[in-house]
Amino acid sequence: MSQKTFGQALNEALTIALEIDENVCIAGEGVGVSIHRDPNMPTHGLLEKFGRRRVKDTPVSEAAIAGLAVGASCMGLRPVVEIMFFPFITLASDMLVNHAGKLRYMSGGTSSFPLTVRVKAGVGFGAGCQHSHNLEAWVAHSPGLKIVWPSTPADAKGLLLSAIFDPDPVIVVEDLMLGRMSGDVPAGDIRTPLGQARIVSTGTDCTIVTYGAALYTVMEALTSLGDRGISCEVIDLRSLVPLDKEAILTSVRKTGRLVVVHEAIRFCGFGAELAAMVAEEAFDALKGPVKRVGAPQIPVPVAPTHEKMFKPGPEDVVTAVLGTMGK
Amino acid sequence: MIEHRLDPDLQTRLYTRMVLTRTFEEKIAELCREPGRMPGMQILANGQEAVAAGMVSALEPEDVIISNHRSHGHLLARGADLNALMAEIMVKGQGVNGGKAGTLHLSVPDLNILMTSTVVGAGPLLALGAAFAQQYKGSSGITVVFFGDGAAAEGSVHEAMNLAGVWKLPLLFVCENNCWAGAQRLEEHCATRHIFQRANGYDIPGRSVDGNDVEAVYNLGLELAAYCRSGKGPAFMEALTYRMRGHGEQDPQDYVDPKELERWAAKCPIRGYRQKLLKEGVLDDVQIQSIHEDAATRVEAAVAFGDASPYPGPETFLSDVFVQPPSV
Repeated sequence: MSQKTFGQALNEALTIALEIDENVCIAGEGVGVSIHRDPNMPTHGLLEKFGRRRVKDTPVSEAAIAGLAVGASCMGLRPVVEIMFFPFITLASDMLVNHAGKLRYMSGGTSSFPLTVRVKAGVGFGAGCQHSHNLEAWVAHSPGLKIVWPSTPADAKGLLLSAIFDPDPVIVVEDLMLGRMSGDVPAGDIRTPLGQARIVSTGTDCTIVTYGAALYTVMEALTSLGDRGISCEVIDLRSLVPLDKEAILTSVRKTGRLVVVHEAIRFCGFGAELAAMVAEEAFDALKGPVKRVGAPQIPVPVAPTHEKMFKPGPEDVVTAVLGTMGK
Repeated sequence: MIEHRLDPDLQTRLYTRMVLTRTFEEKIAELCREPGRMPGMQILANGQEAVAAGMVSALEPEDVIISNHRSHGHLLARGADLNALMAEIMVKGQGVNGGKAGTLHLSVPDLNILMTSTVVGAGPLLALGAAFAQQYKGSSGITVVFFGDGAAAEGSVHEAMNLAGVWKLPLLFVCENNCWAGAQRLEEHCATRHIFQRANGYDIPGRSVDGNDVEAVYNLGLELAAYCRSGKGPAFMEALTYRMRGHGEQDPQDYVDPKELERWAAKCPIRGYRQKLLKEGVLDDVQIQSIHEDAATRVEAAVAFGDASPYPGPETFLSDVFVQPPSV
């Protein structure tokens, strides 16, 4: 166990994967030679260590990068490709949605696509809506794709390794706002199982389900809630597809209340699915309305003032929790 | 182009493959006219048989094929099982993909017919990955991707040509220019009459060939496949041919000048090749008749097989989405 940043943890996962499996290769824009000479970059130093055969810088061609992954994975490789920012996934989406996610079903199970797509996400670095746009609900809505979103360096490493060696296509979301965050990371080939949520803190009054950087907004809110004598159970999903329904339902059956928090737009966001699932499967346990915390239905703005308004803050979480209690 | 004098066995094989494809697809067209017999869209390649037979016959078993919505000829030339193929086209459980592909998404990985995509222009991107895997593994195989003149307007084709050129991938682009993209004529949808020249923009050798001359396609296919196999990088073939039927079987083709269809019917790749083989004494009338009868018998048997096969049942409705499905 040692202290590592998020980026270093991801770098360790990529290094291990390249070391233990000859079929693993890396491709993307600047994954070899980068405009950022920053040891916190997940792909930092991989080219020097593994060479140009296995670490491939590509042209600025997101569709080609994704096509590369789909075709190569169907031939037995385990490509790990990078789409620089989440909104750019629209350029790669035909390959991911119509091909990676659907071709196995249409082949009658004869083909498989063990590919990984790493994508940077998050709101708060001032680049605006064409670099910041959390599209996890789009991915989750597309059959045949898995999607994970780590919130700690340890899970970044463990989930990325699990994704790379999973037999299906997995999108790994790397939250930019957590890039320099440090945490304990176990050494060696550690795997965080896909589809297993983490209970971050236990509580009795309200369940808060979240993922990615929003987890830390929730944690900030806990102090203020604690001061009011409200005890919350916080669940970090880690994996959206597959979804750990059982962890959510078990907690809601215990607390009787649910708040969902994410940085994506609330309307038709992933939280809507969670709210609906709980309403359908644990309605009898609910003591109050389900509340969702998310962003308004507007493009991510660029002004720091607007960006701050866009992103849910701890006070929004507090209001939502109080709302489930009729306060 | 190197002119190979083809041996008579190969010539017979080329002819037989074209006849089988034509017979197979004419049968499908016939079944489409029987209400309720053929579910979904049927998209046929009548008139384009020489491209499929010529190109696929020039490949080695380790070579990978990526096809598109007009795929039957490619699969038949590769030797796909006729019964399982027809059953799949009829969307039956004993089809080659268990009735989950239908005619539009056929794949036979055992024959290296890796994938078929009906998203127009997607094939070249998938082919990039297949060719990259071949290069990565040091395989002697190449990847061949078939797409049309319509697909050539998709940006994806250009991304694929660029990256294949940069990495010198063993990838042969085969553009079957059948003069139509849906109901739009070539001159309405394509800024050039010479699609193969676009390859120059990527420093890829681009060549064009009479796509209704099966031997010409075979010879150029062999030459370009050898180029790709040698490690020099990708190559591009434009095969000039003609779509004799509509975009799909529902398409009445009322936008097509009947005289143009007549002109191209006179250039039928099968009839032209038959005359050549008869003239060269490679085959006689009796042998020709036997090839046609054999194709008809095999196609009838395939339809009977498809008819006898049930539609896929509920047991496969939800399966095959993931290798490792979520536990809930």
